[in-house]
Amino acid sequence: MSVSKRSTIIVEHLRKQQMLDNLAKGKRLDERAFDEQRPLEIEVDVIKKANGSARVKLGNSEVIAGVKVATGEPFEGLEDKGALIVSGEVLPIASPHAEPGPPDEETIELARVVDRGIRESEMVDLSKLVLVSGKVVYTIFVDCSIVNADGNLFDATSYAAVSAILTAKIPVLEMQGDKVVDTGKIMPMPVTTVPVSITQVRIGDAILVDPSSEEEGCMDARITISTTDEGYCALQKGHAGAFTPDQIKKAAETARIKGEQVRAKIKEITNYGR
Amino acid sequence: MTQTRNLIDENGMRTDGRTIDELREVKITVGTIKNADGSAFIEFGKNKIVAAVYGPREVHPKHLAQPDRCVLRCRYHMSPFSTDTRKNPAPSRREVEISKVMREALEPALMLEDYPRAAIDVFVEVLQSDGGSRCAGITAASVALADAGINMRDIVAACAAGKVDEKIVLDINDTEDKEGGADMPVAYMPTLGQVTLMQLDGRLSQEQFTECLDKAIVGCKMVYDIQRQALMQKYFGNETEVKEEQ
Repeated sequence: MSVSKRSTIIVEHLRKQQMLDNLAKGKRLDERAFDEQRPLEIEVDVIKKANGSARVKLGNSEVIAGVKVATGEPFEGLEDKGALIVSGEVLPIASPHAEPGPPDEETIELARVVDRGIRESEMVDLSKLVLVSGKVVYTIFVDCSIVNADGNLFDATSYAAVSAILTAKIPVLEMQGDKVVDTGKIMPMPVTTVPVSITQVRIGDAILVDPSSEEEGCMDARITISTTDEGYCALQKGHAGAFTPDQIKKAAETARIKGEQVRAKIKEITNYGR
Repeated sequence: MTQTRNLIDENGMRTDGRTIDELREVKITVGTIKNADGSAFIEFGKNKIVAAVYGPREVHPKHLAQPDRCVLRCRYHMSPFSTDTRKNPAPSRREVEISKVMREALEPALMLEDYPRAAIDVFVEVLQSDGGSRCAGITAASVALADAGINMRDIVAACAAGKVDEKIVLDINDTEDKEGGADMPVAYMPTLGQVTLMQLDGRLSQEQFTECLDKAIVGCKMVYDIQRQALMQKYFGNETEVKEEQ
């Protein structure tokens, strides 16, 4: 069951007032412009045992993503497509509030939103990952481990997953009778486009790109928008507040412009399209 | 998802015989669960969903209570027999996510500060599912909350729009959800003019995005009229016609 978030009312209200006072003067607590992301660092091939991997640092948020390839049955209704599963876990090392155990609703939402951004963009051409139609397909796991949580895990995790997929080299498998055999050859992941998510939060009337955890603590509402070169592919509004339609349209425009910049950076680091 | 077949025919009719701006048939009955403090049953196309509200009531376990406001608890659940293949009754990750976005869609409408140290529980049970069950669920839950007499700023109405055959259409059905190009569920408070839930899966261009959002909001306003009529029907019966407010 989904329960309203707890508030530590006095601290929260004081901090929120301080945040609102600053935002009214056009300032964020860490001096960034409203539409400015924190420094983004992406490193690829950090885990040699994985088929593809990436470490992303977005400010102090840090995520490691790894791609592993297996074979299995296709999803129901998608007989001619390989399976792609993106998942995320906030490790207990990531913050004093994180605990081991089954994922809570926020972590489930995080993993599902990152998965949706990648899935709906049709980034990976899953029709090229079929061995026997309806029976045996490639199953691509993209597991994301959040190792330090300092706000905007949606974007940090999404960039890590996308970068890991872009640099993944997967084994060429073939069927010999009923058996799946590894041919020893490798191929790049069949990628068609590069989805990029941009998360913004509303605090009072201010809309801020890439919220820090302090800003997330004070947010009224959150919106995560994923784009590709051609347009929008996924969106999720979160948190117990609302947006006006105009605020959403403006946020969508910001997501397109900022997304373009991040996409260029990811393409450069992963050598995509070269 | 890339579409494999056309879902709109040459006359502009959709798979269930609707035009692109038409809502499925929506019927709301208020107060169907006698034990609940508020309840509503909604038929939204083939969706059959019941929403029940208990509260404001004492919070158990007690440590969840908030000194300055009420906690809202929400559960979205699909009955095992509600789908084509039996659904495992244990809550799936999808249901956990929908419970969360549903709570977040309802919370802005509720004056939770009026009920400190209490809890309001909202249960949404999908008995038969069609496309758009989260929107129908939010719509029913909102009516159930009003029926329970909870202080509210506005009623939350929800409706999806989406892309089928490169056209933006209102209120996606199950087939269009599975085979169509994009699905955008939206929950909206018509009096306050605020969006409380919005999701998107599927690809939309810039123009399509704006058109889709605008269309979904038009749908929410249509749903809102049906919600109001259902509440009027319960509390004033047939004697009072719904008068248009200017």
